[in-house]
Amino acid sequence: MTDSRSTLQTILIYFGALFILIWSAGPFLWQFSTSLQLDKALTEGTPRLIPSPFTLEHYYNAFVEKGLHHYVLNSLIVSLATTALCLIVGSLSAFALSRLDIKGRFGILMVILSVSMFPQIALVGPLYLLASDLGLLDTHTALIITYLALGLPLVTWVLFGYFETLPREIDEAARMDGVGVVGLLWHIILPMSLPSLVTTGLLAFITAWNEFLFALAFTSDPDSQTIPVGIANFTNQYYVPWGDIAAASAVVTVPLIILVLVFQRHIIEGLTQGGIKE
Amino acid sequence: MAFTASAPATGQSSKARRALPRALWPWLLLLPAFLSLASVSFYPIVNGLYLSLTNRSLITQDNDFIGFANYVQLFNDPAFWNAWRHTIWFTFASTVLETLIGLGMALILCEAFSGRGVIRAAMLVPWAMPTVVTSKMFGWLFDGQHGVINFILLHLGLIDQNVNWYGSPDTALLTIILADVWKTTPFMALLLLTGLQTVPKSLIEAARMDGAKAWIIFWNIRLPLLLPTLLIAGLFRALDAFRVFDLVYVLTGGGPADSTETLSTLSYKVLFSTLQFGYGSAVSTAMFVTEGLIAVVFCLFLVRQIRKTT
Repeated sequence: MTDSRSTLQTILIYFGALFILIWSAGPFLWQFSTSLQLDKALTEGTPRLIPSPFTLEHYYNAFVEKGLHHYVLNSLIVSLATTALCLIVGSLSAFALSRLDIKGRFGILMVILSVSMFPQIALVGPLYLLASDLGLLDTHTALIITYLALGLPLVTWVLFGYFETLPREIDEAARMDGVGVVGLLWHIILPMSLPSLVTTGLLAFITAWNEFLFALAFTSDPDSQTIPVGIANFTNQYYVPWGDIAAASAVVTVPLIILVLVFQRHIIEGLTQGGIKE
Repeated sequence: MAFTASAPATGQSSKARRALPRALWPWLLLLPAFLSLASVSFYPIVNGLYLSLTNRSLITQDNDFIGFANYVQLFNDPAFWNAWRHTIWFTFASTVLETLIGLGMALILCEAFSGRGVIRAAMLVPWAMPTVVTSKMFGWLFDGQHGVINFILLHLGLIDQNVNWYGSPDTALLTIILADVWKTTPFMALLLLTGLQTVPKSLIEAARMDGAKAWIIFWNIRLPLLLPTLLIAGLFRALDAFRVFDLVYVLTGGGPADSTETLSTLSYKVLFSTLQFGYGSAVSTAMFVTEGLIAVVFCLFLVRQIRKTT
């Protein structure tokens, strides 16, 4: 294939590739570099990519003055709990739909999937009233319950797709050995599905980690607020602290990027096999 | 095929009687998911529908059934139509740009070149980044005074003075569209790439043997085969763009002068700033209905297209 390309085509392809690379990585690199520069350098006439002088001042501000670690801790609690629940509930339903005798499985799947298309703004008002009645405002619980439902459609769909690829013969063999329904799921299907569990877990985690609307509505106390709400409220009285914001952005995005890069192959496969959904 | 369907009825009957009836198992396993979706998705939709027919307010403590009065008010509310127009324009512009640029990127990634893996990995960065962070990042890149975008454009001679991107009603919505396009296009490209990779290589090789030019191959072979993927990806993208909230709320808060107000940010403000839950629910229900209509129209179009090509 390569030899059929003209020099011009090759140049165009590399030019395009460079464009994609700058598009994807450029803005965040800029943000990262901003987080390491002094405010004085940031407002100079000529912006610089390489920090000089180099400073960790903004990281200090983000943690010590703005208490970023509280938000990080809240986000970790909420996201990890959401991930665990999504995997448990999602694998139960995906297993039922894929492996058990059930009428209208595709209808049920479609209903579950269509739920993810509901505009979240239409859910937030009634859920706020409900959470308020139940005394769940400003709690992690309200966020975890909500995020479970937000992540569940995609998790169920991707796991269902994966379970469908596992050969039916193993069900037969397990049944011969006297393994029950739960045993089949727990001892056989789940251990075979580890790659898919990692992908879906990561997707659920990202969904919860990045969610803003419900967190904004349900929490008003920094003790229960998650990172997106924290960063959205990052302001100083007289100016926008771009450096501090950049430092906080780096802290919450870099771990995510590392996770995504490590599991990138699984993510792309999982998402495309599970249909198209952001 | 199914696990329990073919289980032998004899021999294990005593065991089966002790265990749950087989037909109940799948429903038992689906129960947690049903409970979760029923309480967090279906209940709020139905409850929102009901609230939209009341004058529920958390300030005055009103809570009376008032029929369709909210919808009459909505229909005559310039703020609603303003937000509606912005949302439709945002949805249209960002979906078209993301699909076209995404297709271009996918065509490049389809070719073999060294470093392709690195680029494919980098493309996940905008997708994984929290939208709030994207929003703040664009706030800094497009800052009216010290933003690097102004610096670059000035030095390229494309503008002759700093542009107050999201601080001016003329360019604020454009800035938000750019931020959305930046965040979503690479992911779109990866989806389209998997679609392109299902186009049989032999077909393209054969066309090349016959001396077909690259763009003819694209227009007559790749594009028609990619069309279903393209349309489905476009639909999901449009539905998602229609709900835009985080980007707008964090970058401009709907301003300046309501020039970036979208249906989501308007609903949110009516709900949580004025605490008019009745009227706010009418706004969000109207949005739900519009989104449903977009999905139906798109699906009809999709079905027709697929019928035509097969």
